Amino acid sequence: MAFKNYILVCAGTACESSKGVALYEALEKELKAQGADTEAQLVKTGCFGFCEQGPIVKILPDESFYVKVGPEHAQQIVAEHIIKGRQVKELLYDKNQSSGASADNIAFYQKQQRIVLRNCGVINPELIDEYIARDGYAALEKVIFEMTPDEVIQELKDAGLRGRGGAGFPTGLKWGFTKNAAGDQKYVVCNADEGDPGAYMDRSTCEGDPHSVLEAMTIAGHTVGADQGFIYIRAEYPLAIERLENAIGQAREYGLLGKNILGSDFSFDIELRLGAGAFVCGEETALLASIEGKRGMPIPRPPFPAVKGLWGKPTVINNVETWANIPMIILKGAAWYSSIGTETSKGTKVFALTGKINNSGLIEVPMGTTLREIIYDIGGGIRGGKKFKAAQTGGPSGGVITAEFLDTPIDYESLMSIGSMMGSGGMIVMDEDDCMIDVTKFYLEFTVDESCGKCAPCRIGGRTNYNILDKISKGQGCPEDLDKLKTIAQAMRKASLCGLGQTSPNPIMSTINFFEDEYLAHINDKRCPAGKCKDLLSYTVIEEKCIGCTACARVCPVSCISGEVKVAHVINQDQCIKCGQCFDKCKFDAIHKG
Amino acid sequence: MTATAEERMLSPEIDAFIEKWKDKPGNLIMVLHRVQEEFSYIPRQAAFEVAAALGVPVAKIYGVITFYHFFKLTKPGRNQIAVCMGTACYLKGGQDLIDECERKLGVGLNTVTEDGEFSVEAVRCIGCCGLAPVLTVNGEVFGTVGTKSIAKIIDQFE
Repeated sequence: MAFKNYILVCAGTACESSKGVALYEALEKELKAQGADTEAQLVKTGCFGFCEQGPIVKILPDESFYVKVGPEHAQQIVAEHIIKGRQVKELLYDKNQSSGASADNIAFYQKQQRIVLRNCGVINPELIDEYIARDGYAALEKVIFEMTPDEVIQELKDAGLRGRGGAGFPTGLKWGFTKNAAGDQKYVVCNADEGDPGAYMDRSTCEGDPHSVLEAMTIAGHTVGADQGFIYIRAEYPLAIERLENAIGQAREYGLLGKNILGSDFSFDIELRLGAGAFVCGEETALLASIEGKRGMPIPRPPFPAVKGLWGKPTVINNVETWANIPMIILKGAAWYSSIGTETSKGTKVFALTGKINNSGLIEVPMGTTLREIIYDIGGGIRGGKKFKAAQTGGPSGGVITAEFLDTPIDYESLMSIGSMMGSGGMIVMDEDDCMIDVTKFYLEFTVDESCGKCAPCRIGGRTNYNILDKISKGQGCPEDLDKLKTIAQAMRKASLCGLGQTSPNPIMSTINFFEDEYLAHINDKRCPAGKCKDLLSYTVIEEKCIGCTACARVCPVSCISGEVKVAHVINQDQCIKCGQCFDKCKFDAIHKG
Repeated sequence: MTATAEERMLSPEIDAFIEKWKDKPGNLIMVLHRVQEEFSYIPRQAAFEVAAALGVPVAKIYGVITFYHFFKLTKPGRNQIAVCMGTACYLKGGQDLIDECERKLGVGLNTVTEDGEFSVEAVRCIGCCGLAPVLTVNGEVFGTVGTKSIAKIIDQFE
């Protein structure tokens, strides 16, 4: 190492928004001011995954892992750690972490295995040299000069890599279809239209390691015989777009994109295409329509895009996470990759672990890891000591996993068998305060809004089911509603045109299956057990407990609480907006919610 | 509707952008992004000018604009507040943030305050779930926002 220390500063969206940019600048200034800029190099990296504790700073070589670092700490870090070589104890995540002890010992990282995120939080994503120094583009070189296209496809098949967008289709098989399809013009497409609410794996990968995606797409181009690639990315991800554009520019400069790549006769280039906020464009045929500049409406398959895709030409389309796996498979081999995971699901899976959990963040675990390990070992358990109720995977297309299935190993098949799905990687943890009807309604509202309207089952079925759920959440449901919900859900599954309509009833079926009693409480008793559905809630003052401190009256945003000092207060039910602020404020448990 | 050179709404920069993309298939969405970047929405006249420049029917352009959530047909406030309604933010009180913004500003969703200063919208997951609930003002992200901090955030932009 040329420098004594390396200071890695996370520059992912989450950390940047928590003053990460100011922190980087402050560190830069302090290094200069204290004359330490020859001792330590400052490196802007991709996401460490531990977003909950951001901004994060990691110092090498002793691996000190600092969390919640602000610009105000820059002076101290440089003076103490860099110059005097003493850790700044109060900023360490693990206060007992000794110098030199790997950050991997932190529980959050211990059960993780990073293949897709191998470079995130390690290299500066804006410098191609750092990617190359970590064996970047070596896989591309191997593919161009040492392997035949059929060998590449066989390697992917042997590795058992399956599409990480959610459906889990074998990647090697897909590439084989496109390679064998007739036609002189073929395309390669990267699906970075990460629309699942509560999921940001692909954003972090594009921000933290953009070259891994470019390299893999180029490998695909060489394998199937395409000369043009497109990355379809959400316009809502400005930082990821910037990093990808920068990476494409550098790759062209290095002769890794463009004409005669690495001096061979193979030419390939990549362009970005921006999405415009339509969830249905995650569906591959809709995505292709959108790249073509049209309304993103799906078309019936077959023919599959592998044979007839973009502008009618054979097209390989994979999602970001799938792409990021590929260079490693080529370099380390199928045998290595297929040794990780379960019988049917190989490799690792990245999850965005969010919701009511202590350690929110981005994690990557081997397939076959159980939900219990993810939630309790990596995630640090439920926030505020509350009780675990369910974890939701697969977003608006998925279902809930309840406590009794916490020991299910995570893979495509076992999640399907318990009524959920792998999905793209959103994992939302819910506790006892979350109402299943409310959450299901949230997903339905999403899919109703995002339905493109082309086919009737999705357009009408989704809306009707939403209306029924809305009625139930307001205490106006009737016992027949459950059957109605199920009947419509079945029809949508069978008759909808694309994945959006076919899977959007999943949250309903899954929650009815596991939480029927909660539906019945809303329908029969007009009661929301979790205390979430506002129409079924009322707040009242428990007279004997209220000491008349007036705290609730002062916090009430609509001033509907009245009462004299030291006398029990009263809530005017007609004006109450059920915001719950009085309930949170009261120190004497004198407000009843229910 | 035809516009003379003096009345043209699209700036020379946008014209240059269109020129660059003109012959690439599938250019329409990229051009509309560029137009919205300039005006913060897609004015009717701009749509007509894009139609003329690219040689596509205006109906097709409106078809695309209305299909995608990202494109706006009305001018948003000078300061755009976007409350994230991704699942993580929703569970942690995203709706309460919207209610509070509406109360503080006296406007509903997707409408602009009378002085044109603020507009509030609910947006899809912006991928900062670790900081939920999240809102952005003019793209700047505010994390772990409580209803009480809304007033302070709005003040910063007034």
